[in-house]
Amino acid sequence: MSELLEIENLDVDFLTRRGNIHAAKSVSLQVAAGEVLGLVGESGAGKSTIGNAVIDLLESPGQITAGSIRFKGDELRGKTEDQMRRIRGDQIGMIFQDPQTSLNPLLRIGEQLIETIRKTKGIGQSEAEKSAEELLESVGITEARARLRSYPHQFSGGMRQRVVIALALAGDPDLIIADEPTTALDVSVQAQILDLIRGLCKSRNLGVIIVTHDIGVIANIADRVAVMYSGNIVETGDVRQILGNPQHEYTKSLIAAVPRPDKRLHRFNSVDYIDGSGDAADTLNRIDINTHWLGQQSQLQQTPATFNKDAPAIEVRDLCLAFKLQGAILKRNRRMLQAVDRVSFSIAQGESFGLVGESGSGKSTVARLIAGLHKPDSGSVEIVGQSVLGDQKDPRIKAARLNLQMIFQDPYSSLNGRLRVLDIVAEPIRFYKQSDNEKHTRRLVHDLLEHVGLGKDAALRYPHEFSGGQRQRISIARALASRPRILICDEPTSALDVSIQAQILNLLKDLQDELGLTLLFISHDLPVIRQMCDRVAVMRNGSICEIANAEALFTNPQHEYSRHLLELMPRMDVIGAAL
Amino acid sequence: MLAYIIRRLGQSILVMAAVSLISFSLFNFVGDPVNNMVGQEATREDRLRIRENLGLDDPIIVQYVRFVGNAVRGEFGLSYRVRRPVDELIKERLPATLELVAVSAVIALILGIGAGVYTGIRRDGWLSKTILSSSLVGVSLPTFIIGIALIYLFAVTLRWLPSSGRAGLVEIGWWKTSFLSVDGWRSIILPALTLSLFQLTMILRLVRSEMLEVMQTDYIKFARARGLSERSINFVHALKNTLVPVITIIGINIGGLIAFSVITETVFQWPGTGLMFIQAVDFADVPIMAAYLCFVALVFVVVNLIVDLLYVFIDPRIRMAGR
Repeated sequence: MSELLEIENLDVDFLTRRGNIHAAKSVSLQVAAGEVLGLVGESGAGKSTIGNAVIDLLESPGQITAGSIRFKGDELRGKTEDQMRRIRGDQIGMIFQDPQTSLNPLLRIGEQLIETIRKTKGIGQSEAEKSAEELLESVGITEARARLRSYPHQFSGGMRQRVVIALALAGDPDLIIADEPTTALDVSVQAQILDLIRGLCKSRNLGVIIVTHDIGVIANIADRVAVMYSGNIVETGDVRQILGNPQHEYTKSLIAAVPRPDKRLHRFNSVDYIDGSGDAADTLNRIDINTHWLGQQSQLQQTPATFNKDAPAIEVRDLCLAFKLQGAILKRNRRMLQAVDRVSFSIAQGESFGLVGESGSGKSTVARLIAGLHKPDSGSVEIVGQSVLGDQKDPRIKAARLNLQMIFQDPYSSLNGRLRVLDIVAEPIRFYKQSDNEKHTRRLVHDLLEHVGLGKDAALRYPHEFSGGQRQRISIARALASRPRILICDEPTSALDVSIQAQILNLLKDLQDELGLTLLFISHDLPVIRQMCDRVAVMRNGSICEIANAEALFTNPQHEYSRHLLELMPRMDVIGAAL
Repeated sequence: MLAYIIRRLGQSILVMAAVSLISFSLFNFVGDPVNNMVGQEATREDRLRIRENLGLDDPIIVQYVRFVGNAVRGEFGLSYRVRRPVDELIKERLPATLELVAVSAVIALILGIGAGVYTGIRRDGWLSKTILSSSLVGVSLPTFIIGIALIYLFAVTLRWLPSSGRAGLVEIGWWKTSFLSVDGWRSIILPALTLSLFQLTMILRLVRSEMLEVMQTDYIKFARARGLSERSINFVHALKNTLVPVITIIGINIGGLIAFSVITETVFQWPGTGLMFIQAVDFADVPIMAAYLCFVALVFVVVNLIVDLLYVFIDPRIRMAGR
């Protein structure tokens, strides 16, 4: 088979003031027509750099320092900007990650499509209009003619990504480079888009490079896989061979870190191949929970009136909340969104309860209602048997709330960048007056940081000095600082790489075992839910479809929507065969 | 859409009502109007009679309603100083100011947007750096110094342009324009340039920073990856996206141009409303001050109304939200 694209010994360097960063080191790849190559790796591995290098759109100060890129036997390096412009769009199309931002918000879909078609094919306006319409239809957009007149914001995320694909196909390219094409999309939409790309690849005989961090995507779409780690391709081969029988140590640990959809493991295998970010907790002093402050209850929590050992940790009944989409003086003119609609469930102490659903299903809103960040329109919320709605200054409500802490999704915006880690973690201790004096507070913070695997040196640094996974550890330390019995984790790992995700999930599991924590775990990611939760509630459009034991849900879902979600879950049988 | 316009109109009327209240109170708080009108030798009875004739003894609310009623028809009474109707005086002076502001706005827009786009794209070129550093002069020097420097250079040393005044007027009905004669253009260039310099710098820097930001966005990168030409990327895809904030600033600044024109008109002895206002302040000529206040507020309100409508025109997302 003749190769469409051949990359040989490619080196890409970013010359910065702090020295030379090798983003790609002697990378060699081949893609044939009609083949999907998956380029997989974690953030910073240099996988996007390869895609950008091929179409000569490396961001400054990146530059290719060695190697060759041959497209249909023609060397691309050394071509002028003008020649490259004719290749972009015409011969090689790009698809980017976020369909929300890759379309110009001020131009109609039609204008953007027609401009691209006219440029790449050199045809007239009316012909281009017709071909734009056909193109939209071929990517599965109905009523294409009318949709040409729409603006990007009038499309949903999945529809926009279809438009982006149509734009990438406008010049009839032979090679498509898709950079994380489904990362920003919901599971059900992701499956459709992957099907579309795969279908186009086969029907048009395109070569496709899919750049992604998601092993599930690779398992579903790729014919061959190249695994990248810190600028190097560590392993290339057939998808079944790589995922089923990985040879390289990195590939092995990467695949071990992927949450299994098919069975529950007690812990993830340790993923210590990744330099400097292994399960560092093992080497640090972990405190003895039985004797330490963290394992004991505070005075406030022990007050018998507010603490009932047999009461459910969290109980919500008929919770409702509507958001106002558009205000109006007359009630009937207001447009409301029923974000949470008669939600009831009960979580026993020490249980881990999962809340799963697609974006917009209201799962985060439920968490926020329980944490007291929103006020429900109706319904009740009880924490350890104490109703927590009403006057928030009531000491009984305060004491009940002390039992509950939250960990947020985005480790970048949930920590105050102007405070030292010491002050961030100490805040709950100081607020609830949980320590005797400042010296004690500091020692507690150091202990907490060591316990979550950071080391006490972290206390004097600022959040921006830490990576995403480390920041999430800081968030966990902060949550533990008020000695909660219940943790609400709102997508705690969805912004993290898969190996880091495995570490954080391990940490949460360990903490739960040691401290007997109750977890309310919110995620859109079914395999993660399966690894973490005893019972699961499936949410859709603000209401709960089904509550079931995790094993029962995954083996025998009752509700139609649960079945639908499970079907969309990436198949990982290739992995299961080997491990 | 219609509801959006009506809502904006309602807000404009509210603003005008507030401003009219302030200018109305000028009459009562800036000196005694009767004292301003009669001479030293007027008797107490004369004063009382004038008070009654002018309706100054009516309840304050009645006086205010009367004031607004007159103001809507453009009547602000007689100037204390020259004893002529204020609306006539303003009508006489208005063309001078409006033409000055129009010319300087055009200069500021064309040069500002052009240079802003250029410096945004060629970030590291020597010309960009020169433009950027020299544009600092525009913001850091006060208008009157720039005006005097320009007069010194072009009128005194080079003798190319007149130093002050408004020459070469052609009458079209009551409107006296400088646009129809060479002398008219010669005399408007210096004051217009002086007035535009500050705005030009603001627009330049704003367009530049917006361009820099837009050039980093995914849709520009995607446009590149589709092989679109540089010209289309810069002027179709990027420039349009910089316009919303730029138009906001321009809207606020057109009002600012009129306010700043007070200084420029003084330096160049330009016979516009700004110069008239300065003279009115000197003589505590309250009717003119009140009328000028209302007039400037009206300009601000109208310009901002137009800006709001322009947003809707440029950005489809606002169009949808407004529905």
